[in-house]
Amino acid sequence: MTTTTRTRPVHLNLFKIRLPIGGIMSIIHRVTGVFMFLAIPFLIYCLDTSLISEQGYRDAIGMLHSPLGIILLFGLMWSLMHHLLAGIRYLLIDVDLGVEKEAARQSALLVTIAGPILGLLLTWGLL
Amino acid sequence: MSRKASGLKAWVLQRATAIYIGLFALYLLLVMLIAPPADYVAWRDWFATPLMGIATLVFVVSVLLHAWVGIRDVVIDYIWHTPARVTVLSLVALGLVACGLWASQSLILVRLV
Repeated sequence: MTTTTRTRPVHLNLFKIRLPIGGIMSIIHRVTGVFMFLAIPFLIYCLDTSLISEQGYRDAIGMLHSPLGIILLFGLMWSLMHHLLAGIRYLLIDVDLGVEKEAARQSALLVTIAGPILGLLLTWGLL
Repeated sequence: MSRKASGLKAWVLQRATAIYIGLFALYLLLVMLIAPPADYVAWRDWFATPLMGIATLVFVVSVLLHAWVGIRDVVIDYIWHTPARVTVLSLVALGLVACGLWASQSLILVRLV
């Protein structure tokens, strides 16, 4: 092993790395994925409760309209939109669309900005 | 999943499930935005139709597979201690299977009402 390979950073400290926009979009893709994974049991609980009885249906709607419910819905919609758009971007890159540096940067910026905006619109539209 | 093909299989699985999840999620969102079921009976009947029931079950399975591949990548990236990694992955797998059965139970029960 040479000196150069040994001095390469092995433990990548996320707080010391200044990520380009593609990297920021990518880490949000990952964080939103983990967030939605953690939300799975709550979503199934809501589905289960809402389907099982009329009272459960009203309870689920009540939970959705509580302050915490609205915040979680917004987080979920932002996550879904970011994850979906970033995913479509990855699929397009898989088929060699938007691979060039400038195009990739612009699409990453677009995804990152569109996520919370669409998330807000969806939350407003769904409530 | 055999070790040799697990990378490619996971890659294909992640994309195939992503496409179905994306399309079905858009369908769900559009219905809920444009013509949401008016009351409990309409909501229940929507999920009780055979096509919606199957489509939702496929969605649930797709989400669980997609989550498995994604979370496995995250765990492998950040948890290097093998016993901890195996423990976390086992708990994730168990949790996902439980969630899948729970959702399936709801979707099957709703058809029996």
